[in-house]
Amino acid sequence: MDINVTGLTKLYGAQKALDNVSFHVKTGEIVGFLGPNGAGKTTAMKIITCYLSATSGEVKVGDYTVRNNSQEVKRMIGYLPEHNPLYLDMPVIDYLEFSALLQGVEKSKVQLRIREMVKKCGLNVEKHKKIGELSKGFRQRVGLAQAMIHDPQVLILDEPTTGLDPNQIVEIRRLIRELGKEKTVILSTHILPEVEATCDRILIISKGKIVADGTSDTLRKKSQGNEMLKLKIEDGNKMDILRALQQLETVALADVIAGSENVFEVQSKGSLSSRRNVFKLCVDNKWVLTEAVPYETKLEDIFRDLTIN
Amino acid sequence: MRALVILAKRELQSFFDSLVAYIMLAAFLGFSGFFTWLYGSDVFLRNQADLQTFFGIAYWTLFFFIPALTMKMLADERKSGTIELLFTKPISDWQIVCGKFLACLSLILIALLCTLPYYITVWKLGPVDHGSVLCGYLGLILMSSAYISIGIYASSVTNNQIVAFLVSLFAGMFFHILLDMISKNFTGTAGELISYLSVSSHYDSISRGVIDSKDIIYFLSLIFMSLFLSEVSLAKQK
Repeated sequence: MDINVTGLTKLYGAQKALDNVSFHVKTGEIVGFLGPNGAGKTTAMKIITCYLSATSGEVKVGDYTVRNNSQEVKRMIGYLPEHNPLYLDMPVIDYLEFSALLQGVEKSKVQLRIREMVKKCGLNVEKHKKIGELSKGFRQRVGLAQAMIHDPQVLILDEPTTGLDPNQIVEIRRLIRELGKEKTVILSTHILPEVEATCDRILIISKGKIVADGTSDTLRKKSQGNEMLKLKIEDGNKMDILRALQQLETVALADVIAGSENVFEVQSKGSLSSRRNVFKLCVDNKWVLTEAVPYETKLEDIFRDLTIN
Repeated sequence: MRALVILAKRELQSFFDSLVAYIMLAAFLGFSGFFTWLYGSDVFLRNQADLQTFFGIAYWTLFFFIPALTMKMLADERKSGTIELLFTKPISDWQIVCGKFLACLSLILIALLCTLPYYITVWKLGPVDHGSVLCGYLGLILMSSAYISIGIYASSVTNNQIVAFLVSLFAGMFFHILLDMISKNFTGTAGELISYLSVSSHYDSISRGVIDSKDIIYFLSLIFMSLFLSEVSLAKQK
């Protein structure tokens, strides 16, 4: 089920939570929303799930619009809200049954679905306890189970792994990846490695606008610009090597890293790569290249660049 | 319809899970039983096989209990955020409001069912006017429904339970006593109009055994109006 968002704007009084946001999510795609606090991630999710109405703009899920066919849209969506609100006085099983029935799961299939979800989310030990007696991690699992109980086409998860232990995080990420093969998944998170581990595509939102859209690789490439290499070249005079490096035609800048013995930093021109030239240079002068490390731009840096200004 | 029943069932279940239902039932039966059978102008003092004393007491106890039952219905959902779960399920606001109404009314009906032994006992004691007893129950049910819907409206405008309780009690007070008192100070059309707005005048006429379409329409429109306003106030929060 495709999700199509066009020109979405949401005003809270005078404050613009979303400012003309447009994006498209294809079936079988896992999209991660990234953004600092208050960027508009949750607002966007709440509008897609029909909890809030947009000031202007349109959201289409499949063939239905949120504005005109909200009931149909809600039926297709499984939603885990941000703070994971739950009826604390209800036992886990009863709560799952309640959610399944409200989502319109057929009566004959309800028990089957509950069993499946209990197994998938690892709730077996706690299933007869009241939700209020569960720890945060288990409550989060109940929230996830509730979101997936009716086998929805679209899953919208607002920070799905908060409060889970590392094993469970891995487990839930695996579950999301598995679901994402045939379903459309949108998730938001603050944990950057999580987006890289689970999402096919990243949307970075800042101040209500989308500032980046792409896979983690394309984002990296875009922000990286010129190639940067850290080289360690031995068996030669430091100054000779530096001079030779600076004379390479693909090299824009070369320098010795302060306080180190024969470790250099080399920046290439434009979109060129100096790796082959450096290797050749070393072979010609009989220097030994013991280390060549490309600098990777971390997602953290991209995130910081895009969201602080 | 199915969603309505599911919602009402959950709500009713939560009354029983949280002891609210048991406390309410025990207190209601305790009060009404004590004053009907043991104290004051009880059945034996009146020496008449009727349930007028019971209806008089129930009228007041329900008036105080209902706001306590309805105060958490929407206010708590808003405070804990669970309203977000309901709003994102394929159900309408109208179903949410009516589900709550139905749950609360069911609890009141259970309470009233528990008083059937009173009726049977009085019946054994002497000749009972069955029509008047039935009308008394009908009056209680209609009055409770009206206060439940007012209570749900009060609960829908705030996320603080105490505020919801006080608002619904105050609004109830208007319909219960104040309008009746005010109407006595007026004569002519104004007096009649104000007296028509008062719950007590309609309740009195039904519990006397007179079922007038005017009274029924009054209660039904009061219920519908409050539920409608609750739905509007829910929709406004989106």
